[in-house]
Amino acid sequence: MSARSDIARRAVTVRPVWEERPSIAGEIGKGAVLCLVVLAVLFPMWSILVTSLASRETINAAGGMVIVPKEIDLSAYVTIFSGGQITRAVWVSVMVTVAGTAFSLCLTVLAAYGLSRPGSFAHRPLLLYFLLTFLVYPGLVPSYLVVTGLGLKDSLWALIIPSAVSVFNLVVVRAFFMSIPAELIDSAHIDGASEWQILALVVLPLSKAVIAVVGLFYAVGYWNAYFNAVLYIDDNDKWPIQRVLQSYILAGQSPHLSGAPVNLPGITAYPPTLAVKMAVVVVTVIPAILVYPFVQRHFTKGMMIGAVKG
Amino acid sequence: MSPRRSLRARLRADWPLLVMTAPAALILLVFHYVPTLGNVIAFQDYNPFEGNNPLEAFVHSDWIGFGNFETLFQDSAFWDAVRNTLSITLFQLVFFFPLPIVLAILLNSVASPKLRSFIQGVVYLPHFFSWVLVITFFVQMLGGAGLLAQEMRRHSIHEWNIMTNPHAFLVLVTSEAVWKDVGWGTIVFLAALAAIDPTLYEAAAVDGAGKGRRLWHITLPGLRPVIVLLLILRLGDALSVGFEQYILQREAVGRQAAEVLDTFVYYQAIIPQQWGVGAAAGLFKAVVGLVLVLTANKVAHMLGEQGVYAKG
Repeated sequence: MSARSDIARRAVTVRPVWEERPSIAGEIGKGAVLCLVVLAVLFPMWSILVTSLASRETINAAGGMVIVPKEIDLSAYVTIFSGGQITRAVWVSVMVTVAGTAFSLCLTVLAAYGLSRPGSFAHRPLLLYFLLTFLVYPGLVPSYLVVTGLGLKDSLWALIIPSAVSVFNLVVVRAFFMSIPAELIDSAHIDGASEWQILALVVLPLSKAVIAVVGLFYAVGYWNAYFNAVLYIDDNDKWPIQRVLQSYILAGQSPHLSGAPVNLPGITAYPPTLAVKMAVVVVTVIPAILVYPFVQRHFTKGMMIGAVKG
Repeated sequence: MSPRRSLRARLRADWPLLVMTAPAALILLVFHYVPTLGNVIAFQDYNPFEGNNPLEAFVHSDWIGFGNFETLFQDSAFWDAVRNTLSITLFQLVFFFPLPIVLAILLNSVASPKLRSFIQGVVYLPHFFSWVLVITFFVQMLGGAGLLAQEMRRHSIHEWNIMTNPHAFLVLVTSEAVWKDVGWGTIVFLAALAAIDPTLYEAAAVDGAGKGRRLWHITLPGLRPVIVLLLILRLGDALSVGFEQYILQREAVGRQAAEVLDTFVYYQAIIPQQWGVGAAAGLFKAVVGLVLVLTANKVAHMLGEQGVYAKG
């Protein structure tokens, strides 16, 4: 570590001479508020996780939601993953998320590159065409008529194609592309590279961070989408996980689980309903938490690039 | 490459860029601009059975002028939805909008970078949860069968269920929105705080300004452009308060309190297939929204702020 960055670091962490000594009451108040905020996020997640792993006795003793774990009982997870509606819904959501994210990223990266060269043919009108979507937007009824009119009702493509391009994400990626030094691209041109080669070999390798962030945004969007499934998917064999979660937990309709009791040594035959419900919640939360740490450090960067200029 | 090239030369050189842009442009055309134009069925007695597809039906349906709007404006349920939407917007403007600013200032004052990024990591997380999940979390914690009710029963306190109480609905939806997005909302303010020149604080302190004065005269003015920008965006969106959050809770709380404009369109147009009236409501919302954004932006310019887009 260089001496310089060491000084910079100390300047951040150590109180500067001109600043008054923090009051104890102020510090305690600040700490209490921040603790409360963190707990408000973590505590419900904890309780739901623990309940999903609890046995029938623990749940009965607690009278419902569990806070203090007594054991780890995986039977609820075995139940939801041994076939039936929830297993299928997880599959549907995984497929929609993977296919949708790939599709969206392709379209977004291509268009962002196509729009990243001011002065190119029809650059301004095309950019305006994309940006105008922020100001005028279709209502629910015409969108519904177009999607169903194209025969997408009850097709999983209805969960992907209509929302495939987010102009916000496109603007973020485009701004990043435009921040790449023009000399790099010009010299590739002079060396005879085509636009496709420049995109694939020069621009993309430099843009991993922004693509990771935008990819996460797309993936989270597809995984979390609920209402488009209400609109377009009537067949409950094709419901994504959010739709099943809603019908199971919020509307209280039992899903079709596989009828077979769980056969693991030392586990009760049928896991308690509450544990199964909470296991579905945990399964729905997990993808967000899994990808999160990998991209978290890029958030601020990615967000701010988009904010700088469209 | 010289910027002054003939159109033809540019087209010859740039056609790969056009090919790359085309797929995304096509998606927006079909799923954004065509439906936007499709809003004209608001002036029709649109009947889907007049043809084999929406386009044919559109060609064959009768034009009825402002008939759908008359129906809509005479419907008291529509005005209930408008009122609910506006009161939610207003309530959240007062009780939600300032919170990310406060939290950002608090976070910014946490000296240890490690502790700060841990807290940030935790508070950003709920932004990535779906509305179904957020409401499930609230039901499991505060609902009738949730943790709070269960503890109250155990201590034989009279139960109290906020999840189904129409009178507390404003508080409920605002708490949910805060839980989901207050952390995420700090990002842009934290960036603005980091951009404030630290020597300003030092100079002010030397001149005898205390903590409160420095906050008022340096921190808040530093945040002002961002605050104005977000206020404009929020006002322009006054008629959209989110969709899934309301549709998910409409059953539990009841139409009277939970119907907002978007859910109104779904329940009064899509389910009973009243296409013309639904399109009229959608168009009303879009036009009012556009006027609001442009007006708010104009006001911002008059106040000497930058606004959403630059003048001219």
